[in-house]
Amino acid sequence: MRSSELHFDAVVIGTGVAGLVAATRLAQSGARVAVVAKGVGSTHLAPATIDVLGYAPDRVDAPGPALEQLIAARPDHPYALIGADIVADALSWFAELVPSGPLPGYVYGGSLDHNQLLPTALGALRPSALVPETMANGEASGLKRVCIVGTPALRDFHPALCAANLSRAGIDARSVSLELKLERADMNTLGIARRFDDEKWRRQFCAELSMKLRADEAVGLPAMLGLLDPHEVLADVEHRLGRRVFEIPTLPPSVPGIRLYEILRSALRAAGGRLVIGAEVVSSTREGERVASVATRAAGRDLAYVAPWYVLASGGFASGGIELDSHWATHDRALGLPLRGLPADGEERFVATYLDEQPMARVGVAVDAELRAEGAENVLVAGAALPGAVPWREGSGEGIALASGYRAAQVAAGQLSPTAAIA
Amino acid sequence: MSGPAENGSDLFVAELLRGSLDHCVKCTICETACPVSNVTPLFPGPKYAGPQSERYRIADEPSVDASVDYCSGCGICSMVCPQGVKIAEINAQARNKLKRQKGFPLRDRIITRPTWLGRAGTPTAPIANFTLRFKPFRILGEKVLGVHRDAPAPKFAGRRFSRWFRKHAAEQGANGGAVAAGPAKARKIVYFHGCGTEYYEPWEGQKVVEILEHNGFEVVVPKQDCCGLPLQSSGLFDQGRKVVLRLAHALREHVTDDDTIIVGNATSCTLMLKREAREILSLEDDPDLKFVSERTYDICELLLELHDRGELKTDFSPINERVAYHAPCQQQGHWVGKPALELLALVPGLEVREMNSRCCGIAGTYGLKVEKYDISMSVGRDLFDQVAASGAPQVACDSETCRWQISHGTKLPSVHPIDYLHRAYGLSRNGSS
Repeated sequence: MRSSELHFDAVVIGTGVAGLVAATRLAQSGARVAVVAKGVGSTHLAPATIDVLGYAPDRVDAPGPALEQLIAARPDHPYALIGADIVADALSWFAELVPSGPLPGYVYGGSLDHNQLLPTALGALRPSALVPETMANGEASGLKRVCIVGTPALRDFHPALCAANLSRAGIDARSVSLELKLERADMNTLGIARRFDDEKWRRQFCAELSMKLRADEAVGLPAMLGLLDPHEVLADVEHRLGRRVFEIPTLPPSVPGIRLYEILRSALRAAGGRLVIGAEVVSSTREGERVASVATRAAGRDLAYVAPWYVLASGGFASGGIELDSHWATHDRALGLPLRGLPADGEERFVATYLDEQPMARVGVAVDAELRAEGAENVLVAGAALPGAVPWREGSGEGIALASGYRAAQVAAGQLSPTAAIA
Repeated sequence: MSGPAENGSDLFVAELLRGSLDHCVKCTICETACPVSNVTPLFPGPKYAGPQSERYRIADEPSVDASVDYCSGCGICSMVCPQGVKIAEINAQARNKLKRQKGFPLRDRIITRPTWLGRAGTPTAPIANFTLRFKPFRILGEKVLGVHRDAPAPKFAGRRFSRWFRKHAAEQGANGGAVAAGPAKARKIVYFHGCGTEYYEPWEGQKVVEILEHNGFEVVVPKQDCCGLPLQSSGLFDQGRKVVLRLAHALREHVTDDDTIIVGNATSCTLMLKREAREILSLEDDPDLKFVSERTYDICELLLELHDRGELKTDFSPINERVAYHAPCQQQGHWVGKPALELLALVPGLEVREMNSRCCGIAGTYGLKVEKYDISMSVGRDLFDQVAASGAPQVACDSETCRWQISHGTKLPSVHPIDYLHRAYGLSRNGSS
C-alpha cells in the first residue's frame, strides 16, 4: 500500500496557458489527464491577450501572412513545427471555448487577418490577434479622443504617463486621477476588480467619474472591470458613463489573466481532468528512451505519476522551468531533458542592451517536428519551454503557448486512441 | 547574521525557510490567492508580510510585526507560489516570535486544547451545549476571554467515538472478525480520528470505519490525543511540539509492518502530521514524526488512490441530489489536488458543484477570536454566496471546523464527503448516523 503510484493516460507539467490547453484538449478527447504544477502559472502575470505575431521584426499588421513568412524563413521556430493551420485551429477552438466558460457572455474577438493595436499601461500600442471584449474598444484605429483614468491607490498605473505617450502616437489623450474610497492607501487591480463586481460600488464610481469626463471621449481604465461577470460590468459602466470604455493591461496581478485561468481551469475540470497545484516535479524515472514516471512533492511523501505520455509545459527562464545555475550550467528542471539554442562555449551569453535579443533567449528543450523531446519519445514540449522563439520581442508568447499546447494534445491523443483522435 | 535559536534544528529549519525567500520575484500571485488580505487592510498580504518584511526580522531584536498575527495560516500562498517560497511557513515563524514577545492570551491557551475541552464537555454535553449557545454566557465569554459571541461553537456529542469503536471491535471479534467480502487477508490500517471525531462528530468516525471495512481493511484505533495544530497556528510552538510528538509516538506503535498506513478524516490534522509539524515546528529530524508523516493519508486521498488502482469497491446506489463541495485550504495543502471531487463523481445521480471561492474564513480557531470574527465572516462571504447560488441542499467539506463555519454562514447542513460514499454503499442502515 505504501508506495503511492498514480496512473493516467497523460500527465501535463505546468499550469500556464500551454499546459492547461494541452490538458483540456486531452481530457476532451477522453484521456485521463492530470496536471501537476509547482504553483499557479503565468496567466496571473500576463495581459491575457492572445498575441500571435506582433513583430517580425517590424510591427506586423496581418499576423496570418506574416506567420507564413516566418515559418518559411525560420524552420527552427516553434510556429514552423506547429504549422500555420494548427495555429488557426487552436485560435478558433479557444475563441469558442471562452463563451462556454464560467464568465457569462465574456468573449474574445479578433483574427489572424489583422492585429489589434491596444494601449499598454505605458501608452505604447501593442499588437494582439485575439483580445477580450473588455479591451476591444481600446483599438487604436477607432480611438479619437480618450481619457485615461487612474487612481492614486494603484501605485503602478500612471494615467498621465499613459496619456502622454498615447498623444505622441497621435491619439487625443488626457488623464484623470480619481480618488476612490478604499479602506487602504494602496490596493492592486484585483482588490478594485472585486469592488467592480458590486453594482452599488460601480454606480458610485461611475457617478464620480462622470463629472470629470468631457463629451465624446472614450475611457481607458486599468484592467479591473470585475472578476465574476466582466461582460456585464463593461456593459453597465459603458451605459452609466454613456461612452465606450476599455481596459488597459497592468503590471501583475493581471485581472484579465485571472479570468483566463478560471476559463481554462474550469474547462479542464468540466472535461474531467485533475489539477494538482503545489506539486513540484522533483524527480523522474526512465525506461530507455521513455520517461516512465515523474515524482511530485506532496505533503509527507512524494507521489509518482505514471503515464504513457507526458507534456512538459513548465515554461522557460522566467518561470524557472529552465534554469541557469551559478556554475553557468543550464537545465530543464523538471525532467533534465537536452536543451537546444545554447550559445557555444566561449561565445557571448548576454549582450549589454537589456531588451535586445539575448543570446540565451532562444534556449529551450530540444524537440523534433512533432514537439517530441529529444531523447524522450513520450514527452511532448509546449509553451515557453520550446526553443527557437523570443516571445517578448516577437509578441508571440500566448500564440505559441496556445498552439503548441493544442498541437501536443493532438499528437498524444492520436497515439492514445487513433480512432478517437481529436479533430 | 542569525543569533542563537531555540535549538540547533530550529536554526537549520528556519534558515531553510528563509533561504526560499531568494526565489521571490514579487510576482504577486500569492496576493491574488490570499483570503485574508483580500478582505481586510489589517493584514497587508503574504508578499508584504513574508518575503518583504523578513529582511527586517533579526534574531534577538524585537519583533517588527503586528499585522502578521492577522495571517490565518491557511497556507494557500505557499501552495500557489510558482517559485517555491515558503511564505506561510515564514509567517508562522514570525507569528511565533511576536506571540512569544507579547505573551499568549489565556484564550489562546484554552481554545487550542480540543482534548481538554472535549473531556470536559462530553460527560456534561447537554449543559455544555446549552451554555455554548446561551447568549449571556457567550457575551461574557467574549468580554472575559475574547471568543466572539457569534462564532460557530461545536456541539458535544455526549459520547466518544473511541468508546463506540471498542464496542464495535468486540462485536467484530465475536463474529470471527468477519470483514465483508474483502480480499482473503484483511489489510491492516491505523485510524487517526482526531478530536473533532472523538468528541463532536463520532458518527463521522463510524462511517470511516465502516467504509474501510467494506473495502476489506482491518481498522485499528490507537489511543490518541490532539495533533497540536491549534497550538501551532496560534503560535504556541513549544506546547504544539509536545502534543504532536506524543501523537506520532502513539500512532507509530501500531504500525507494525511496512505495508500498514495511517488514515485520518480530519484533513487539517492529517496535514499537520504529514507536513506542517515538520516544517513549521522544526521537527524534520524527529524519527517518529517522519515515520508517521510518510505513512499518513487523508481519507479521500486514500479512497481515490484505491480507486485509481481499481481496488475501491464501487457498488454504489444512486443518490439523486445536488451537493456543493468546498475544498478546505488545508486539504489543498496536501498537494494532491481535490480527491473528494472525483470520489463524489463516482456516486451515480449525485450532481457535484465545485465551489471555487478561496476559504470559509474559520482557519481553525482564527474565526473564533473576537478581533478576527468579522474578518473570518468576510473571507467566507464568497463561499456562502456561491453555496446559496448553487441551490445545493447540503455542503460537503473535508474539515470539521470549516463545516461548522459553513453551516454558520449558510444555515445549511454540511458533512464530510465520505458521508455520500457511506450512503451510496448502503451502509447507513447500520445506525451510525
